[in-house]
Amino acid sequence: MIPVTFDYERAESADEAVALLTEHGEDAKLIAGGHSLLPLMKLRLASPSVLVDVGRLDGLSYVRDVGDTVSIGALTRHHTLETDETLRREAPLLAAVAGRVGDPQVRHRGTIGGSIAHGDPASDLPAAVLALDGQMVIVGPGGERVVAAGDFFGGFLETALGPDEMLTEIRVAKSPGGHAYQKFVRRAQDWAMVGVAVARVNGSSAVALVNMGPTPLRATAVEDALAAGAPAAEAAQLADRDTDPTEDANATRDFRRHLARVLTRRALEGAGVP
Amino acid sequence: MKVAIEVNGQPSERDVEARTLLVFYLRNHLGLTGTNVGCDTSSCGACTVLLDGESVKSCTVLAAQADGCAVTTIEGLSTDGILHPVQEAFRQHHALQCGYCTPGMVMAAVSLLNEHDDLTDADVREGLEGNLCRCTGYHNIVKAVLSVAGQMPGGAR
Amino acid sequence: MSILGNRVLRKEDPKFLTVGGTYVDDVRLTGALHLAYVRSPVAHARVRSIDAAEALASPGVVAVHTAADVDLAPMPPGAPFVNMAMSRPWLAETVVRFVGDLVAMVVAESREEAVDAAELVVVDYEPLPVVVGPEEAVEDRIVLFPEAGTNLALKLPDEIVPFGMAKAEETEVDPNFFDGCEVVVRQRIVNQRVAPCPLEVRAAASVVEDGRLTHWSATQAPHGVKTTLAQTFGLDESEVHVIAPDVGGGFGAKMGTCPEELLVPWVARQYGRPARWVETRMESMMALGHGRAQIQDVEIGGTREGEILAYRLAVLQDAGAYPNFGALLPMMTRMMLTGVYEIPKFGFTSRSVVTNTNPVVAYRGAGRPEASAAIERAVDLFATEIGMDPAQVRRRNLIKKDAFPYTTPTGSTYDSGDYERCLDMALAAADYPALRAEQARRRQAGDVRQLGIGLATYVEITNGVPGSEFGSVEVRPDGTARVLTGTSPHGQGHETAWSMIVADHLGISVEDVEVVHGDTDLVPRGVGTFGSKSLQSGGVAVHEAAGRVVEKATELASELLEANPDDVVLDKSAGRFHVVGNPTAGATWGELASAAGDDGLSAESDFTAPGPTFPFGTHLVVAEVDTETGMVRITRVVTVDDAGTILNPLLAEGQIHGGIAQGVAQALLEEVIYDDEGNLLTSNLADYTMVSATELPSFETTRMETPTPLNPLGAKGIGEAGTIGATPAVQNAVVDALTHLGVRHVEMPTTPLRVWRALSDTEAKEAQ
Repeated sequence: MIPVTFDYERAESADEAVALLTEHGEDAKLIAGGHSLLPLMKLRLASPSVLVDVGRLDGLSYVRDVGDTVSIGALTRHHTLETDETLRREAPLLAAVAGRVGDPQVRHRGTIGGSIAHGDPASDLPAAVLALDGQMVIVGPGGERVVAAGDFFGGFLETALGPDEMLTEIRVAKSPGGHAYQKFVRRAQDWAMVGVAVARVNGSSAVALVNMGPTPLRATAVEDALAAGAPAAEAAQLADRDTDPTEDANATRDFRRHLARVLTRRALEGAGVP
Repeated sequence: MKVAIEVNGQPSERDVEARTLLVFYLRNHLGLTGTNVGCDTSSCGACTVLLDGESVKSCTVLAAQADGCAVTTIEGLSTDGILHPVQEAFRQHHALQCGYCTPGMVMAAVSLLNEHDDLTDADVREGLEGNLCRCTGYHNIVKAVLSVAGQMPGGAR
Repeated sequence: MSILGNRVLRKEDPKFLTVGGTYVDDVRLTGALHLAYVRSPVAHARVRSIDAAEALASPGVVAVHTAADVDLAPMPPGAPFVNMAMSRPWLAETVVRFVGDLVAMVVAESREEAVDAAELVVVDYEPLPVVVGPEEAVEDRIVLFPEAGTNLALKLPDEIVPFGMAKAEETEVDPNFFDGCEVVVRQRIVNQRVAPCPLEVRAAASVVEDGRLTHWSATQAPHGVKTTLAQTFGLDESEVHVIAPDVGGGFGAKMGTCPEELLVPWVARQYGRPARWVETRMESMMALGHGRAQIQDVEIGGTREGEILAYRLAVLQDAGAYPNFGALLPMMTRMMLTGVYEIPKFGFTSRSVVTNTNPVVAYRGAGRPEASAAIERAVDLFATEIGMDPAQVRRRNLIKKDAFPYTTPTGSTYDSGDYERCLDMALAAADYPALRAEQARRRQAGDVRQLGIGLATYVEITNGVPGSEFGSVEVRPDGTARVLTGTSPHGQGHETAWSMIVADHLGISVEDVEVVHGDTDLVPRGVGTFGSKSLQSGGVAVHEAAGRVVEKATELASELLEANPDDVVLDKSAGRFHVVGNPTAGATWGELASAAGDDGLSAESDFTAPGPTFPFGTHLVVAEVDTETGMVRITRVVTVDDAGTILNPLLAEGQIHGGIAQGVAQALLEEVIYDDEGNLLTSNLADYTMVSATELPSFETTRMETPTPLNPLGAKGIGEAGTIGATPAVQNAVVDALTHLGVRHVEMPTTPLRVWRALSDTEAKEAQ
């Protein structure tokens, strides 16, 4: 309940945040909404010696229509994503998924950047961003770089972010058509046992999976089958291809695989994919 | 480190450890014990307060993060002794028993009602998904919130 | 017009809604020391050494204590009849026996410093073999207490038959038990371990001043805590003052005391400073105490026409590492074994065993939900076997309404009841035929989402061990009344309820009645609140005291007014006594109280009920089961509950709602899970899926009132009934949704995984 002592710094800009991370080294962590990090710290599963608070960088909270993509500031809160008109119109999957994260209180604080940077395959937003061909804009001591979502999530709680880097923006493909998010939970506030996000992106269907491996995954076998003309119900049977689900009290590996197939079919139906 | 937070309309300033959670700032530093701690995984919502008008779990916010912001707790909800409609509705509908989850539940409900005009039974239940109660079975809580839906003074606090 | 029976809003609420209650952790103490416990991370181990050097050097630390420091006589046993070789030490002496077991205590100037230092205590554990499951424990290959030589937790005395528990001969299994039964159905059922999860965890605080100990406790029984403290510290009870301030739920788990709490006054006495402790939720999940945890073998036999002839239940009770009330649950199960049915032949055996897990304690229903879950499941299995509607089978076997008082084969005497009417009301309220029709339609159509209808007709025992409960009523010169009650409400609304009783007798308004509880200096004696006993014991005591105050006042008024007592009447609407026919000659309550002299105008009562009462009901649950994903959605909960004469329907409904929620939770969602090494996998409210609003519908509850003859209020208890009816109704509904697919049983909680497996298993069997 009580975290280990730490020092607190507040960054006035992304560059300052990077400088502070560089200065304090591996034991420093960024905090934005704090809803990935603080729960770990309260259980003393994480004990960074320095927290760099970027939560006030309001300049990094935005949703912008940029031609083919929608650019979202890393510090945009889930609640804003849920209600933003531009996002609801241009990338409705992301808005819908943001509305399913945690509970209303969590959504008032959590940020998309924080969620993506945390890299938990059971989180909702990483899969949605992956489905929408997300591009992560990262700033670090060497300047700015862009990493595609497919290359960003390396493993369980492992991302391409270096210890002295910060996510500043997430770019997603415009995808104003059909979309659906199937989140299988026993209680509404729970993490997804399995989740499937579907969106129509540039004329084809994108399918991404939550909690079917150490990272969010694109169900490429499903996507390929659909592209080849297979009906949704048939393509959905391939949802668990190349996945590596875990086993826990909620589900065995087989059950997760089964759920992935069923939920993919339902998500495709929900998104209007024939 | 020093933090300055406006709480229930009054300025406050205290010297705290960086690791001081907002809920402990309120309870221990300001003596506002209405807000309760019920868990350690941000699951139960007993600690819910309004931060700049929005419901948050004060156990998952550092006091430092709330520096310069405005917080409303259960103690600050009624004005000049007049109960907020949600407080009144909770009483009318027996939406509390032991009272431990109640301050957080009320604040969560206030925020929910501030953000939505039309609420169904299912909307209310989903809107309170982050607040656990062991005594009431939620039935009367939902009833109380529904009875106020659509009648709130407009806008967030 | 009596106020009794009305939906009077709670007097308690304004405070809770505006400034919040004052719970133990809210109590302000200056200069208090804070306790934090070091707990075992392993389930069974020898403690080889405890190194507190680093902890002692940590800022703010005053001391680190281990078992050797605690100079107290051994703790009293957790419950009667437990094996005395299985007593619990204050802190681990040589062995730890469950994850969370106490090893050391840190005392520091602040909570943060205590928590920081607790992490620095280094304990060297030598692992011992772990036994987690009761079926393994009963084999006695791994024994938790070598001195006991067994894991059997109880030693039942030969002479005494506790709670109607019979002696050795009942443990013999009669091979001819089901002779004459055309049909016999058997099923192993797990009534799984659950966590009580009161929103307020445990907390305690102590101050010693001028030789007197003042102790704040989050308890359901402050006078019990007082007695325990006096005994523990060798004090006279007059030197001990216990306060239960507002308590954030108990559900049975805060009925007794625990070493964590009792060591708080020990620290206060050692250091001459106030001391306080509050646990974390994780500690509470590990160590508050768990509920239920029975493995049941049910057997039911009868005719193909649906008559139940014989019912046998074997219970294996998991008691946890140190036997507590949980070890005794089978006795309560046995008392309610045959439920609402006329079953001529019964059999019952039970064993309670220790395991390397958190001790099992009383939890809402305490042994009776286990009884109804077993028999209601058995009745449904029987119904399926003979192809008869489960409502019809129940109706056939219900105890008839003219049979009361009815003594069951296990020796419980049900005071009053009308089970068939209750069943009829519930079926009508649910529109049972329409539900069956919808179920049939979906089956025909092969719908993915199938419908299940689950029934439970229950009877439960409240005030199971009637003791005497205290109540007093005093009228003050200002015309207000003051009630002292030995009950200790923690959400039940006694301040409102007892005020209503006084208002009804005296004509003093509810707002002008002060109800004092939870303070042993103010309330001379009391039992506390648990077992759904308060209204029918403490409420009746208040009723009697109020009646006596009216008598006294009448006497006094007759003297003052120089009239015959028979000619003096109380005008309740005015709160005034006057002479019949001469309203001007009168005296108000305040005037009488002023005239009453030094003794004041008061009366007290210690009421002992002549016996327990037996509320009953019918719960009907409609469940929608997604046959592709195994997800279960509860769409309707329809209940008819009868707890005798209802004092305040608002409060009664609240109790039913809460009980239903916990009942549904056990059937659908909640389970305490240990792995094979005794690690607790559900140690917080994220992993332990405590029921939230989104899993429950709004409930359709109806009241029936069949008064009890056992007390003048006609009142039975109601607090626990919800769990007793709802749990089996939900489980039956889930199975009912799938019987046409060959599923005969799904264990609780009926998780998607379990449902999917049940369906896959039957599919696999059919394919073979």
